[in-house]
Amino acid sequence: MSDLLSVRDLRIGATIFPPGEAPQDIEIVHGVSFDLQKGKVLGLIGESGAGKSTIGLAALAYGRGGVRITGGEVLLDGEDILPLDKKGIRKIRGARVCYVAQSAAASFNPAHKLGDQVIEATVEHGLMSRDEARKRADYLFEILGLPDPKNFGNRFPHQVSGGQLQRAMTAMALCSKPELIVFDEPTTALDVTTQIDVLAAIKNAIEMTGTAALYITHDLAVVAQISDDIMVLRNGDTVEYGPVQQIIENPRQEYTKALVNVRQTKQTEARDQTDALLKVENISAAYGNGVQVLHDVSLHVPRGQTLAVVGESGSGKSTLARVITGLLPPFKGSVKFGDDELSNAQKDRSRDHLRRIQLIYQMADTAMNPRQTVGQIIGRPLQFYFGMRGAERRKEVIKLLDEIEMGEAFYDRYPAELSGGQKQRVAIARALAAKPELILCDEPTSALDPLVAEGILDLLLRLQKERQVSYLFITHDIAIVRAIADSVAVMLQGKLVDFGPRSEVLNPPFDDYTDLLLKSVPEMELGWLEKVLATRKMESAGH
Amino acid sequence: MANPLAGVRAARHRLKETHPLSVLIAERLGLSVLLLWAVSVLIFAGVEALPGDFAETYLGQSATPQAIANIREDLGLDRPITTRYFEWLGGVVQGDFGNSWASGAPVSEQITKRLGNSLFLAFFAAAISVPLAVGLGMVAVHYRNRIPDRVINVLSLAAISLPEFFIGYILIVFFAVQMGVATFPSTVYDNMGWSERLGAIALPTATLVMVVLAHMMRMTRAAIISVMSSAYMETAELKGLGAFKAIVKHAAPNAIAPIVNVVALNLAYLVVGVVVVEVVFVYPGMGQYMVDAVTVRDMPVVQACGLIFAAVYILLNMVADIVAIVANPRLRHPR
Repeated sequence: MSDLLSVRDLRIGATIFPPGEAPQDIEIVHGVSFDLQKGKVLGLIGESGAGKSTIGLAALAYGRGGVRITGGEVLLDGEDILPLDKKGIRKIRGARVCYVAQSAAASFNPAHKLGDQVIEATVEHGLMSRDEARKRADYLFEILGLPDPKNFGNRFPHQVSGGQLQRAMTAMALCSKPELIVFDEPTTALDVTTQIDVLAAIKNAIEMTGTAALYITHDLAVVAQISDDIMVLRNGDTVEYGPVQQIIENPRQEYTKALVNVRQTKQTEARDQTDALLKVENISAAYGNGVQVLHDVSLHVPRGQTLAVVGESGSGKSTLARVITGLLPPFKGSVKFGDDELSNAQKDRSRDHLRRIQLIYQMADTAMNPRQTVGQIIGRPLQFYFGMRGAERRKEVIKLLDEIEMGEAFYDRYPAELSGGQKQRVAIARALAAKPELILCDEPTSALDPLVAEGILDLLLRLQKERQVSYLFITHDIAIVRAIADSVAVMLQGKLVDFGPRSEVLNPPFDDYTDLLLKSVPEMELGWLEKVLATRKMESAGH
Repeated sequence: MANPLAGVRAARHRLKETHPLSVLIAERLGLSVLLLWAVSVLIFAGVEALPGDFAETYLGQSATPQAIANIREDLGLDRPITTRYFEWLGGVVQGDFGNSWASGAPVSEQITKRLGNSLFLAFFAAAISVPLAVGLGMVAVHYRNRIPDRVINVLSLAAISLPEFFIGYILIVFFAVQMGVATFPSTVYDNMGWSERLGAIALPTATLVMVVLAHMMRMTRAAIISVMSSAYMETAELKGLGAFKAIVKHAAPNAIAPIVNVVALNLAYLVVGVVVVEVVFVYPGMGQYMVDAVTVRDMPVVQACGLIFAAVYILLNMVADIVAIVANPRLRHPR
């Protein structure tokens, strides 16, 4: 059988501008080759910086920003598209090869209706008349499971949800009946319960239209549901390339094995969860615009243990953290810490209360001053809370750096010189410097690659054992909850729907929503998606 | 309900959800009127606080305490400030700015003519500078970080860095004095022919264009660059659209609001900021009228000019705001 897409020894370069130095040309993809047959799906998987998106865009002969393709061949139906001129390439883009971006919200033009944008390329390339294209769009909206498919196209991007936008973007790619679609992390920005619907819709649409696809993601469990073959990439090199079954069930390379085994339990659940350090009682809170985001939430964090707060975006879990810190005073309810009742507003709290509760954020990047060195960043709370200065402070900072497994060598570095994982470690050290009893962790690993995230979780657990610090760990990732939590709180639309020891919350009998959430998390298992969808159908038929 | 305001607020909130556009525009209109009223208070208080006195300036050497008191009484200056303010405000609302103290003629008549002259000058400056700025901005984006972009940037920066009176005098020295191709002074009369009139305003127009060009050009450049680097422009390119089509259909609708904003700001400056340029070129517009009135402490004229300048400024900014609101699809088509 002939190959639809054949990539031979693809080399991609970029120009970087290191501060204070001359621009340098570097190679970011070092000779990658693969073949894709008609109607098949190839999954490209790897961490950030692996070059997977860059390779995907090369299938459209496109380099993002200063990226350019420096060598190799991209054969589409036997013809190399790299040497084509602008006009030749334009005929392929949007007609024979289409692209689905990670953030559909940013990739749709806010000024035009969805329907017009979906059919634009098809009409522009003269593949169909406007009316035919509209009919096809309506059909695609329907098979992608969008609500009210006849009128969906009349809406503007801001009028539909993120999951719907992602499906609309898929419809846009399918509209011109392309031979190949490049999906670039199409479900990464979505909540798990939405992700499963979009994933099913994409898989269904691929099967019904017979298009081939490159599916790019960092989540092996997701790609296992949709691909025929998988290519594992790292730093622009192929690590392993083979049929999906072999990669998942019998990985040959160490790196692939690590990716497959990344999710496992680390912590046995604490037996006694009665000694509450933090008690949140009947909290209701609203933002200034009058929209209530928390409805009567009560929970507690036991001393020296981890409470995981799970929920989808908009469920109020970060708002809960803001209430606990006093950044958002609640209009009802109270927060008790140890034996003390905390003031509602942060400015009314004593310095000692402030010290005992610290925060770690999702974006370590934006949570530290880029003009301060690591030493200054970690030293600041030491000076503020304990009045340490000079050599004493330096010694303490270095001790903390050793604790987070980084060491003295990083003392004079700036945040820009650190990797994502190192930045998060510095943020942890800064929180620890205050000798807190409770650390609020707001999705501290969700911006990190899986293996780096593992390192951070291990560090947090070790610190908990050594220092008896409690964590309130906000996350949307059930796998993390399984790995580290002692107790679990499940939130939905500002309400607490489930709260208790991990073994109770994550095992039957389930609360309805917890059940849905748990079932939506992709598992590293072939045929998982079909199984879940089948149970769902049976359930809805039974009702 | 515990708080009587809560009901009002809730009603406003509901209205905002159903008709966000009308509510926002109505809010802008209301705010503009409020702002204008506040400015009228400031102008009146400011003029009142000015050192010096019309009667003293008017009488000069022959000022006796009795003569000064007589004039003050004639003008009604012996009455309390609040009474005078509300009288003045009442007249202004009906389009009557009172009579000039110096000439005794109604201020409104004079101002109509002077404002006409100022708008005439501002119109030509705008007609040249706006298309030029937007065009140069586009050229700069097209040659981004290359020689033409740099040249445009440096020249426009130089123009904006020089004070307008300095640019004015330089133009006069070169074009009127040395080369003799331009007219100076730029005084225009009622019965002047069109071509003569245009010749007269050539130099002040050129000065104004140079002053406002850089700001508009740079903002246009920034707005276009920000739109061009957005993800939906990449989508357009990956759809196989040509560059021209992508810019017209996908970039332009999103770049309009910021560009209109900066254009309106500069138009306002053209009308308001001409004071200095009019004085340099001896052009009989609002600016010169106001400066003359300040020297003789002719308060009704100063107040009227100040209020009209403020009104023009507020009006243009409000228009820019409303254009930006209308150009935003989120507000035009609520969820």
